Amino acid sequence: MPVPPPVPLLQVSDLRTYFHTRSGVYRAVDGVSFEVAAGETLGIVGESGSGKSVTCYSIMGLVPSPPGKIESGTARFDGVDLLHCTPAQARSIRGKRVAMIFQDPMTSLNPYLRIGDQLIEPLVIHGGVAKAEARRRGIAMLEAVGINEADKRLRQYPHEFSGGMRQRVMIAMALITEPELLIADEPTTALDVTVQAQILELIRRMQKARNMAVIFITHDLAVVSGLCDRVQVMYGGRILETGTTRDLFYRPLHPYTRALQKSIPAIQPKGAELYTIAGLPPDLSKPLPGCPFAPRCEFAVERCRAEPVTLVPAEPGHYHACLRVAAGEL
Amino acid sequence: MSTILELQDVKTHFPVQKGFFRRVNAGSVRAVDGVSFKLERGEVLGLVGESGCGKSTLARTIMHLVPPTDGAVILNGKNLSAATGAELRASRRDLQMVFQDPYASLNPRMTVYGTLSEPLLAHRICPASEVPERVARLMRIVGLAPRFVQKYPHEFSGGQRQRIAIARALALEPKLIVADEPVSALDVSIQAQILNLLAELTRTMNLSLIFIAHDLSVVKHISDRVAVMYLGKIVELGRAEEVIDRPVHPYTRALVSAIPTPDPDRESTRQRIVLAGDPPSPINPPPGCAFHPRCLYAQDRCREIVPPLAPFAGRDVACIRAGEI
Repeated sequence: MPVPPPVPLLQVSDLRTYFHTRSGVYRAVDGVSFEVAAGETLGIVGESGSGKSVTCYSIMGLVPSPPGKIESGTARFDGVDLLHCTPAQARSIRGKRVAMIFQDPMTSLNPYLRIGDQLIEPLVIHGGVAKAEARRRGIAMLEAVGINEADKRLRQYPHEFSGGMRQRVMIAMALITEPELLIADEPTTALDVTVQAQILELIRRMQKARNMAVIFITHDLAVVSGLCDRVQVMYGGRILETGTTRDLFYRPLHPYTRALQKSIPAIQPKGAELYTIAGLPPDLSKPLPGCPFAPRCEFAVERCRAEPVTLVPAEPGHYHACLRVAAGEL
Repeated sequence: MSTILELQDVKTHFPVQKGFFRRVNAGSVRAVDGVSFKLERGEVLGLVGESGCGKSTLARTIMHLVPPTDGAVILNGKNLSAATGAELRASRRDLQMVFQDPYASLNPRMTVYGTLSEPLLAHRICPASEVPERVARLMRIVGLAPRFVQKYPHEFSGGQRQRIAIARALALEPKLIVADEPVSALDVSIQAQILNLLAELTRTMNLSLIFIAHDLSVVKHISDRVAVMYLGKIVELGRAEEVIDRPVHPYTRALVSAIPTPDPDRESTRQRIVLAGDPPSPINPPPGCAFHPRCLYAQDRCREIVPPLAPFAGRDVACIRAGEI
């Protein structure tokens, strides 16, 4: 089991991001703390509305404000708190030392700009690199992510690329400044399985070559299993369980993690009825004093709905937020 | 068992035009290019393949939302491709569709009652006085409380909307439902609910189902048989466990090996076949076997011979080297 070094690359503590809308305050992220070490891959798993994307948007300063507001917390990257530093400090880190790729490669590229111009933009802005040099590095980067005839491809527009190719361009764009941390928000969800396999392989290879840290956000537990060192499960804006990938897959503790695993068709015998989690994800505009999963949990008791959830260790590096597991009742 | 649906060499081509002032035909997109299979009553056929392989066009062709260019779609012994408008309308009772995106496939200005009663009234299934009772029954079948009958789609979650879409498809008591990626837009925990519902419906109502998905583990779970499509053609067709656990066609092998499994130990040790490149253009497909440019086992003759779908090892495979590899 990889032991995180004393000073992690990114240290998020007690992050709370709320959205103030006319219909109420949505607590999208409600007290989230985690760390990522250099060279490590952290998977963040959760369903839609679990707060996994908003967590990363908060770190990247991409939460639209208003209505969004970071209510509390810190996100220290190499000692600099990204949530409270000066804009100039933030600019020197975001997009350069921390880069992000998004789910939909169809909409995250500018359709009016040539691939080359978009690809080298971060280098020109952050690196102060001359255009000719940036172009040369752009070509090398495109080749590194497996795009042939890079020289010709640089002059093309996004619509001339397939979905998988565009995601490669996005990855090339994110990696061109040689970031120390890559945040990938469902980068393969919109892609075919064969292309997904290519992209995952690419991320794995790039990470090894550069000892880069990766935060990989996904709703697909299967993707996480082959890619991540550690995984944290989010639900209702909170982390319910975190541990090494093996801990989480072979010794899941929290009832939500267990339920999630039981509802994946791949693990269940064919034709058997799939386990379903009754009910719906919580309405985050209503205050949730207790465990966010309690309303759907088959093991929930009275105190689950009342007492605030905190992560407690079960074994070294494996934390969960279930009162009843902690009490040895489950 | 009796055959409910038969496809005979179905082809759906779309013309491609070039030029702005003078439109000229510049070939065609061969979205579906010679597909044949039979489907029995109560059977679930999974249809898998990458985007652009023609699986959705095949679904639309079966539904006659797009007429086939060539070949025959035979439903219950009746050739739909040769049917008149009135005959086709009558046959649509037996043939219903569920779409991928329940946010787009329901009319946002119609209540659940409006959505579910419309097919009943249009096809004069029952006297108008019985419609409310029927709608309530449909809602119960798909697991929605009948008290929500006057609500609009935006008041429901994605999973609930997909239940409404399924109820709408069931309203006419069809014999065959074509479901095009019905769970792809849903979260894991909701996906399981919809899969259970579809499985139960096929069992209890003796319904045939064509289930289109790109997620092989979902397809394996629900299907009796699986057809794998590549560039408009079926390359492998057989029992779900056979095809997915012991794939023969090199493309099926690559597809199966590309699916991540929720098992870290297996993931760290298993051999992956990572296919290079993207599927070729269906406008100008490669000669011979369409898969040969990406195939690990391709030989010279693969570039010349178009492999027919032929029985091999308990399933049908379209590969001339099936016995050698």
